[in-house]
Amino acid sequence: MKKIFVLLFSSFILVGATAQSDKGSLLIKNGTVITITKGNLEQTDVLIRDGKIIQISKNIAAPAGVKIIDATGQFVMPGIIDAHSHIALDAINEATSPVTAEVAEADVIDPLDIAIYRALGGGITTVHAMHGSANAIGGQCETLKMRYGTFDPEVLKMEAAPRTIKFALGENPTRVHGEGNNIVPRTRMGVEFVIRQAFSEAKEYAEKWSQYNKSKLIKGFRGAPPAYSYRHEVLSDILNDKIIVHCHSYRADEIYMMLKVCKDFGIKRIVFQHVNEGFKVAPELAAQGAMASVFSDWWAYKFEVYYSTAYNAAILSKNGVVTSINSDDGEMMRHLYHEAGKTQKYGGLSDEEALALITINPAKQLGIESRVGSLEVGKEADIVIFKNHPLSIYGVPMLTIVDGVVRFDREKDPDDMRLVVDPKQAIETATFRDKLSDQDHCMEGAEFILDSELFNTNKK
Amino acid sequence: MKGLQTIMGLLTAIVCVVVLRVEAQSPKGKYGNLALTNATIETVTKGTIQNGTVLIVDGKIAAVGTNVSVPTGTEIIDCKGQFIYPGMIDAGTNLGLNEISAVARTTDFNEIGDVIPQMKALTAVNPNASAIPVTRISGVTTALSFPTGGMLPGTAALINLHGYTPDQMYAGFEGIVLTFPNTGRRGFFDRRTDEEIKKASEKALASLNDVWEKATQYHKLDSATKGKAGYYPELQAMVPVIRGEQTLLVEVNASKDIQAALKWLKEKKVKKSILTGVAEGWRVADEIAKSGIPVITGGVLELPSREYDRYDKAYANPGLLKKAGVKVAIKSESGNNNYRNLPYHAGFAVAYGMNKEDALKSITIIPAELLGVSNKLGSIEVGKSATLFICNGDPFETKTQVSHVFIEGWNIPMVSRQTELYDEFLKREPGVKKN
Repeated sequence: MKKIFVLLFSSFILVGATAQSDKGSLLIKNGTVITITKGNLEQTDVLIRDGKIIQISKNIAAPAGVKIIDATGQFVMPGIIDAHSHIALDAINEATSPVTAEVAEADVIDPLDIAIYRALGGGITTVHAMHGSANAIGGQCETLKMRYGTFDPEVLKMEAAPRTIKFALGENPTRVHGEGNNIVPRTRMGVEFVIRQAFSEAKEYAEKWSQYNKSKLIKGFRGAPPAYSYRHEVLSDILNDKIIVHCHSYRADEIYMMLKVCKDFGIKRIVFQHVNEGFKVAPELAAQGAMASVFSDWWAYKFEVYYSTAYNAAILSKNGVVTSINSDDGEMMRHLYHEAGKTQKYGGLSDEEALALITINPAKQLGIESRVGSLEVGKEADIVIFKNHPLSIYGVPMLTIVDGVVRFDREKDPDDMRLVVDPKQAIETATFRDKLSDQDHCMEGAEFILDSELFNTNKK
Repeated sequence: MKGLQTIMGLLTAIVCVVVLRVEAQSPKGKYGNLALTNATIETVTKGTIQNGTVLIVDGKIAAVGTNVSVPTGTEIIDCKGQFIYPGMIDAGTNLGLNEISAVARTTDFNEIGDVIPQMKALTAVNPNASAIPVTRISGVTTALSFPTGGMLPGTAALINLHGYTPDQMYAGFEGIVLTFPNTGRRGFFDRRTDEEIKKASEKALASLNDVWEKATQYHKLDSATKGKAGYYPELQAMVPVIRGEQTLLVEVNASKDIQAALKWLKEKKVKKSILTGVAEGWRVADEIAKSGIPVITGGVLELPSREYDRYDKAYANPGLLKKAGVKVAIKSESGNNNYRNLPYHAGFAVAYGMNKEDALKSITIIPAELLGVSNKLGSIEVGKSATLFICNGDPFETKTQVSHVFIEGWNIPMVSRQTELYDEFLKREPGVKKN
C-alpha cells in the first residue's frame, strides 16, 4: 500500500516536472535538413540543447545523455506555423458589440483540446489562436505552442510573443450586427465607420490621459483622472504599433479600405487574414508592407469568396507580399504542408517559396521570426521530421518536436491520446462534419444571433 | 512608297484587331480525331504502356498500344515525357447543383420534404456552373451529383463535366439516395442530447420502414394493374429499387449505423445498393466485406469521428476497408466546391496505408463499375469513351500539372475563372499608379 502511494506520489511529481521543464535536448542524425532560410543540407545533424538549436552540421558527436533520433532518409524541417486557428479555445466570439477589443483569448485557453495533438500529427508546432470574426474589432488573440501534455493553460502560451488582435470586415460583422442586431454595421460603409470611430475615440482617450498625466505633475493640480477604459487602452496600443492587427477580410474593396484606415491612423503592422481577393490589390498590399495569410484553395462557400482563385498565394508572393497559408480549421491544419504544395500546381512556386508559406512567413506575421520558422542555430527547437518530402502527397509527419521535446511520435504514440476522459461523454456518439458547408470555427459562439439554416451553411 | 507603308500599317492594324478579337473569345471545346503519341499510358485495367499511343476516333478510344498506326491527316499531340490517365470520377459531389453554399437561391440540392426520391438532380444540374471548369481542368472528368437533405432527398445523377444541357452531360447512371437514420452528430453546432439523437434516429427508421412497405405494396399493385396503380410519385420513384433494377445509394457513417444499414438491406432484400460516406467503415470493415456491398467512401481528408480514435483514422479508412476485402471507391465530398482535390484524397489514402494501384482504381474503374458505366469509363481501353487526361507526373502528387483533358472525345479548353483571374492579376495593369 505504501509502495503504491509512493509510486503515485512520484508520478505526480513527474507530471508536474514535465509541465515545468518542457525544454529538451536531442540529437537528430543524418536527415535532409530543410532550413528554409539557408537551403537544404543533406545528411546533416541537428543538435538541440535545453530547447534550442545549438549546432547544425555533419557528424555531430552525441553529448553524454542526449537522446539520438535517427533521421536517415527523412526530411527535417521547422515546425509548421498556422497563422489562423481556433483550436484550444473555450470561446471564440464575444459577439455582443461591433467592438470588443477588451476581450482576450488568453483567458479561455483549453490545454486539454485533442485538436492540439492532432495538429502535432500534421507537424504543427505553433498556432495563432484567434478570436472569431463576428465583430469589426474583435478580441485579442494568443500565439500558442503545441506543448500537448500540460494541464496548465499558461504553459501553452508562447512566452513574450507579440500581442495580436482580430479585426473582421465584410459579411460576418454586417450579418451579426446589422442583420442580427439591427445596429451599425450593416454594410461595408458601416464597417469602415465603426473602425474609424473606435480609433478616433481611442486617440481622444489617450490624449486625455496624456494631458492628465502631464497636469498631475504640476504642483497643486486637483483634477480627477479620466475614466479608465481597457477597450480604449487596447485600441491605443494598436495605434502605437504595440499590437499586430490580423484582419479577417475577403473582398479587394474592403482590403483597400482597411489599408487607407491604417495609413490615416499610422498603423504599420497589419496582416490580412483569408484575404481571398488579396490578389486583386497585391501591388497596394506590397507597397504598404501589409502581409497576407490565405487559404490554399477554399472558395464559393459564400458570396464574398465567389471570385476567388487558387492562384492567390502565388500572385501575392510574386508581387512581393509576405504570404502564409493558414487553415482556420482543425482538419486542414493537419496538412498545411500539402496546402502549401498546391502553390506549386497553382502558380509554380519553388519548394523553398512554398515551404516559407507555412514556416518563416507566418512567423513574420506573428512577429516571432527571430525565434521560430527556420532551422538556424540559436532558434527554438520546434521541428518536424517527415517520411518523404513534405511537399509530396506521400509526405507523412513522423515526429514533431516542440522546444526539443518530442510531442508527437507516429510510431510510438497510442491511439487514444486524450489527457482526460469526460465520464459523462457517450462512448458511442460520433461526430461528422456537415460536408456541404465550410468547417471553420470563425463564427462559433455567434450562431445564436443568426438564422440557424443560414448558419449551417455559412460559419466562416 | 509612303502609300505602301500606310497600307501595310493599316493591314497590320486590321490583323491585330482580328487577332485580338479571336483571343478575346472564350475558348470552346474541340472535337476531332487525334493521336496522343509517345506517352506513358496508365490503362488502370491493363497495366502501364511505355512510349505508347492512344488514338481517338469519333469520341472513342480506337486504339491503344505501342504499335498503333495513325491514319494520315490525324492531328497528333506529342506526349513525350507525359502520362495519360483515364478521367477521374468523383462519386460524391453536388456539382451543378451548388453555386455558392451560403446563398440559398444559388443552391438546388435540397428540396422540401423528407421523402422525395422523385426529385431528380439531373433536372437542376447547371451546365455552366462555375465549379465545372474548375473541376475538370484538374482531370476530374465525371461526377456523381447528389441531392441531399432529407431521408430520401432525390435521385443522384452521373454527369460528364462537359456539355451545354443536362442530357449532353448525362453519363449513364441515376440512383436513389437514402440518408440512413443517423446516430452521429452533424458537427460542433449539433447540440442535441444523446437521448434526442437516439429518438430521432429511431423515428427515422420507423418512417423509412413505412415508406419501404408502401413502396413494396405499390410495386405489387403496379404489377397487378399493369401500371395503373395511380399517381404516387414518391412510391413510383422507389419501385425500380424495390424491383432490383436501380441502385440505392445509402449514406451512412457511424459504425452502428453501418451495421444497422447492412441488417436493413438484408432484411429488405435490396438487390442493388452502395454504401456512401462510411467514415467509420474501418470499425466494422469485416462485416461490410461479408455483406458484399460495395462502398464509396470519403472525403478522406477528415478528422477522426471520435476523440479517442487514432488521429489518422480518416486517412487510413479506405486502405483498411480494402484490406478487409471491401470494394472501395473514393469520393472527395470536401464541400467548398473543391472536387478538384479528388486525387489528393486518394493520395492521402496511399500515404496512410492504401496500395497506390488500388487508390488509382478507387477513383477510376471502381466507381465506373459500381455505377454500371465501366463499358465507357474508368480505364484506357479500346472501345471506351475518350474521357482521359494528360499530365506530367503522378496525378496524386500535388505539383503535377494537367495539360490536356478530353471528355467523350472533346478536347477541353484548359481555362476556368480561376485561371483567368491568374492571367489578369499576376502582373496587374495598372499597378499602384494608374497614370
